[in-house]
Formats: sequence, structure tokens, C-alpha cells
Amino acid sequence: MLSRVANTMYWMNRYIERAENYARFMDVNFNLSLESPPDAEEQWKPLVTITGDWPMYETRYKTVDKHRVIYFLGFDPKNPNSIYSCITNARENARSIRPEITKEVWEQINSIYFFVKDGLEKKLWKNNDPRLFFKKVREDCQLLYGIFDVTISRNDGWHFGKIGQLVERADKTSRVMDVKYHVLLSTPQEVGSPLDLMQWAALLKSVSAYDMYRKKYGKLTALNISEFLILDKKFPRSMLCCLIHAEKSLQEITGSTGGFANEAEKQLGKLKSELEFIDISDVFETGLHEYLDEFQQRLNGVSESLYNSFFATQAQVQIQQ
Amino acid sequence: MAKVDFTKYETTGFYDEMFKATNSVRPTYEQFKKRLEKLSKNKLKFLQHATDRAQLSLGMTFNVYSDNQGVERILHLDIIPRIISDTDWDRLAKGLEQRIVALNLFINDIYNEQRALKDNIIPKDLVLSSAGYLKECIGLRPPENVWSHISGTDLIRGDDGNFYVLEDNLRCPSGVSYMLENREILKRTFPEVFERLHVRPIHDYTHHLRDMLESLTNESPASIAVLTPGIYNSAYFEHAYLAQQMGAELVEGRDLVVKNNFVYMITTKGLQRVNVIYRRVDDDFIDPLVFNKDSMLGTPGLFEAYRKGNVVLVNAPGAGVADDKAVYAYIPRLIKYYLGEEVLLPNIKTYICAEKEDCKYVLENIHTLVVKQTDGSGGYGMLIGPKSTKKECDEFVAKIKNNPRNYIAQPMINLSRVPTLTDDTIEGRHVDLRPYCLYGKEIKIVPGALTRVALTKGSLVVNSSQGGGSKDTWVLDSN
Repeated sequence: MLSRVANTMYWMNRYIERAENYARFMDVNFNLSLESPPDAEEQWKPLVTITGDWPMYETRYKTVDKHRVIYFLGFDPKNPNSIYSCITNARENARSIRPEITKEVWEQINSIYFFVKDGLEKKLWKNNDPRLFFKKVREDCQLLYGIFDVTISRNDGWHFGKIGQLVERADKTSRVMDVKYHVLLSTPQEVGSPLDLMQWAALLKSVSAYDMYRKKYGKLTALNISEFLILDKKFPRSMLCCLIHAEKSLQEITGSTGGFANEAEKQLGKLKSELEFIDISDVFETGLHEYLDEFQQRLNGVSESLYNSFFATQAQVQIQQ
Repeated sequence: MAKVDFTKYETTGFYDEMFKATNSVRPTYEQFKKRLEKLSKNKLKFLQHATDRAQLSLGMTFNVYSDNQGVERILHLDIIPRIISDTDWDRLAKGLEQRIVALNLFINDIYNEQRALKDNIIPKDLVLSSAGYLKECIGLRPPENVWSHISGTDLIRGDDGNFYVLEDNLRCPSGVSYMLENREILKRTFPEVFERLHVRPIHDYTHHLRDMLESLTNESPASIAVLTPGIYNSAYFEHAYLAQQMGAELVEGRDLVVKNNFVYMITTKGLQRVNVIYRRVDDDFIDPLVFNKDSMLGTPGLFEAYRKGNVVLVNAPGAGVADDKAVYAYIPRLIKYYLGEEVLLPNIKTYICAEKEDCKYVLENIHTLVVKQTDGSGGYGMLIGPKSTKKECDEFVAKIKNNPRNYIAQPMINLSRVPTLTDDTIEGRHVDLRPYCLYGKEIKIVPGALTRVALTKGSLVVNSSQGGGSKDTWVLDSN
């Protein structure tokens, strides 16, 4: 498949995944804020930190308040990571590879776009309770995943899309962990308090992990939550699970059955194996924050090597000649 | 609820495609009128609204740029179709075939023997000064000697009920995706009417297109690509649509690379050879090494690969020499010259400003004429004398005097009208007709066309960039 098309497929799926994650974060955080002490900064700043958008937020606004954060992460066309921007980019991507996707996929992306654009025009962030908007964005994205799965052949395009989705998902889970967990650890005196439990539950809900976690572990503990979100092999949003499936897709594309055929496969395989052969106690020994930080950097490395191995366009080809 | 009602529909002054006179419907429209009259006005509005929604959802949009902000528009589809009888159509199709054969013979002649110039059938200067004439193409012979494989001729029906050729589009005519999608949408809008009538199908267009493209190469399987300038081009929807329908790759210039005069796509598995490129990028922009040096849309080396016969470009570069609006005036003579036949589809009387006599007439009568730029398109660079102010006419007089080669003029033709939905009623609006010809080893013309409609009351300009919309076009089979 065309390198440009593969790259676009990869990014289109990353953008959709990002938008879905943001929508879920907003919904969960909104719920959480209703039951937390009324301190806007404490309630909403972590959200902007999780998404990695805090440096930009800081340059734009002096204070943290609910409506501003909701606008910034949900609707702001100037924030390249806002839901609106992600969906707009995903749609532009879909448009530029229109022959590679199905009519059903295109129409669904298009419909999400019109919904989000309508939300921007209606200034929904000013609503007291915009949760319905975010719920619908999340559901519409999930519907799109389904349409993608049932209408598109398992060709290289589908696999590149899948890798994009999984890389983005692993990144987002690691970021939620990093920030939320940090907050939790900083208030050890409240462990076991109702507020504490609520925060922990919210962390799990941010990545749709609450139900499956309870089923597996029952009790909420720091160690188990970390183990579940980082190392679980079966939970679809855990970091390891994302890497396992991303690697499978990459192998489908290259046809390799072991070892590696290129830099991308090498880096991804290595990162995945390391997660496979580590205990959660080892993670804590390294320091959770340090561990997650390194993970994110290496995941960026995987993304770069994917670009170099598959997506590089004319400029690179000519240099190679 | 008020029903749709045609008793007050105004038909005077123009040829109306639906009515001979008020309350006297033409046979082609009988069934359709019956159906419409059963609908309430609200239902009709609802159907129109559903059509707009369908277009948006399909992404049949184009961007209009003003103050850097892209505004997304749909090409308005009016749900009342333009219906043509099969007798009219069959006559049209014969005329189009004749024309496209002669035009291709002409292009091939110009870049090779130049017989028509030597025999003084058409002035040499006029041809060689055309913006579409490319000296880089001298001596080239594309497969089958065909240069314009895909053409879209603009026709109009005059007061007398006859069809005339308004202009030839031999380079990258657009709109065929609207012909195809309009039909899909109308089948959902008026299923009952389709059940009762035999509308000739057009859905096989993209199959014929693919067959035609494949027939131009000996490679099998043929690797076919559609070359687009990208998503910001106003016809991008069509490029993507055609590539998808044909199962061809949709590529941009940066996806291609030329090595040793062969053209390749840059894929995730390395370079992959391309045999035929249906390019929707203008001549000027296809190769910065040969044409416009600043072009970011093209691929360096593409033209040399084409010259060497290692890739087929469709349509062939240089074909534009024959759709120059001044060359147009000579086409009846060229048909006679190359084919020994009388022209089947007449031209509109055309005054060539490059010729002294004609120019004098144009300057003296500009307020009664339509003046066009010879290399213009999209309804830009033209003057409609009878509808323009003295000042606008004077501006054109100056322009013509300054560069007569660049202008032609024609009497104003009252384009025929078709009933069209307006805000609260149905009124006649002027239309033209663009059928599409495919020409490879043989000629294929699917029985359909894009009908463009000037939505503004009284307007004769049907271009989408100037407030035009479209209609589905039905060719009725009477058998």
C-alpha cells in the first residue's frame, strides 16, 4: 500500500482513539468533580496534565476553571489535541484515503464530525452539564471501531490503523496512570477514606477498566490497579495488551514469524517483551513515575521507527537512492 | 395540505424541457408530473432536504476559499430531473462520437503532420498560439493515437429546441461523479417513478472507464492510478470516488517517483510500477522539470517517462489545444476535413477577435454578445453583454483591443429551462448538458449526463463556482 496512505491510516486511528479517550476522561472527571471538594484547580488541572496539554494551557489561560478546561480539551480548534481538532484531522485523513476505507466508515467519521462541529457552534462547553455530548462522542467512536472491524478487510491498511489505535491507547493509559497515581500517592493519610476510594474508582473508569478490574481482583489496591493497567495480558486497554496486539498486526504486515524485519519491529518487540517479563514490584522499585515516563519515550521511539520503516515519502526515498 | 401545482408555471419566452406551453406537458415528463402532483409541497421540501443531507453524508462537498477559511459546500442537487427522450439522446450521441473522433484526429495532426495547417483549414497562428498547445508534445503518438480519452462536451438547447455545442472540454472535465451519485440519490427520492419508467442505466460508467484505461497498456494486470492534486482541490471528491469505484490507487504527485524513466508508487513494501495514470492535475503542473517549475503537485521526470512510452497519461498532455475557444469556431470545418461528413451537432455562431472583421463586429455589438476568454473555464473571464453595464462592456472592449487572440464572442443563447424548486414554489431555471465520452480502442458514451442549472432567477451561468447547481439527467427508453 502507498506509504502516505499507510501513514494516514495510522494517524486517522490515533486521532479517533485520542478523541474517544478525551471524551471518556471528561465524562469521568465531571462525575468525580461532583463529589469532590469544590476546588476547581484541584478537580480540573490533573485532566490537562494527563493529556499532556498543560504547557499550552498555561500559556493561554491564567486560571483553571471547569468551563475553560472543557472548552480547551473538548472544542478548542487551536488546541491540536482537542476532541474537535482530533475529529477534524481524522476526517481530513479519512477524506484523503477515501478509496481505502468503506462508505460505512467514511459516513460514520463524517457524522461524528458534524456532531462535534455542531457542539462547537452551539457553545456546549457553556452548559452546566455537557456530559451527554461527551458520552455521545465516546459511543460514536466506539461504533466506528465496530464498523471498521466489520467492513474492512484485514489488509495492511487495517493493520496500520490498528497499530495506530493501540499505540495511542497504550500511551493514554500510561498517562492516566502517571498523573492520577501521583495524586493518590501524595495523600497517603486518606488511604481507605471514601474520597480515596472514589479517586481510585475514577482512575479505573477513566480507562473503562472498573468492571473488569473488580471482576479480577475485587478489592481496590495500588499494587493491583497498577498491575492491571500496566501488565494485564487480557484487558484491552492495559499497556502490555496493547503492545501484544500491535506486534501481531505488525507481523501480519511484514510476514515475519519471529525476530524482526525492521527497526519498528525490533523496538516494538523489545518493549513488549520487557513488559512481559517484569513484576509489578520491579516497576515500583524503579519508581512508577520513572517507569511510565520511560515507557512513553520508548513508545514515541516505536512511532518514529514506524515512520522510517514504512511511511517515509519521496524525500526519504531520494536520499536512500 | 397544498399539493404541488403547475397551473401557474410560466413557460413563455424559453424552450421549457417539461412543458410545451403552460398546462401542456411533454410526453417525457408525463409520469413524473403525475407523481409530483400527488405530493404536498411540504413533502417535496422534505425530499429536497433529505437530498442535501445525503450529499453531506457522502462527502460530496468542495471547499470554497475566502479569507483563508475553507467553507465546505455541496453542489446543490435539485430533485426535479432533466428528462431527455431516447430519440434526442441517440441523435446527440452520434454527434458527440463524430466530434470526438475528429477532435482527436486534429490533435494528433497538430503534433505530427500538421496537414490541417498546411491545407489552410484553420489558421496556423491561431492554433500554435493557443495556451493549450505544448511544443513538448511534437512528434508524440499516444496509444491508439487518442489524446482526449475522457471528454465532457457542454451542450445547450436553444429556443428552437435544437442542441448546440457550447464548448469542448478535452483536458480534465469534471462532474461525472455527480452524474453517478445524483442518480443514486434520485433513486431513493422517487423510487415509484423509476419503477414505472425505463430510465437508461448509467452505473457501468466506472467499469467502462477502467476497461478503457486498461486497454491503453499491454501490461497485465495493469497498474492504474488516479493522480489528484489532493484534498483541497474542488474536485477531490470525484477523484477519490472514481479511484474507489474503479479499484485504482488514488495518488498524489509526492506518492510517485520516476527512476530510469519508469514511474513507481512509493509503498510500504518498496517501489511499485505504474502503467496508466488518469491524471486530474493540469498539464502545467504534472512535471516541474518540464512545465511549471514551482509545481508541488507533480512528479519530476513524469513527462520524460511518458515520452518514452513507459507510462500512459490520460488525458494526454497537449490535448487542450483543441478545446481552445477560438479553435472551437473551426470544428465544423475540421469535421468535414478529416471525416468528409457534415457536422451533426452544430456550433454556436462564434466571432473570433483575432480576425479583423469579426473583431470589428464584436467591438461594435458587444452589448448584444457573450464574450469569453479563449482559455477560460469555470464561467470566469466572461461578459454577458445584454446583462452587463456600460462600464463592464467598456472594460471588455479595452481587454479585447489589448489582446484580441484571447477573446471570442457569441450571440446570447437563451438556454432551455427545467422546472426547479425555489424557496416556496417551482420555477423554470436555465440548464446546460454535459455528457461524458470515453475513447480508447472504441468510443463509449453512457446514456446520461450532468445537467447544470443556474439557480439564480434569470441567470444563464450554470458553473458551480457561480451559483450553479445540478440535476439528475434521465434518458428515457420508449421501447
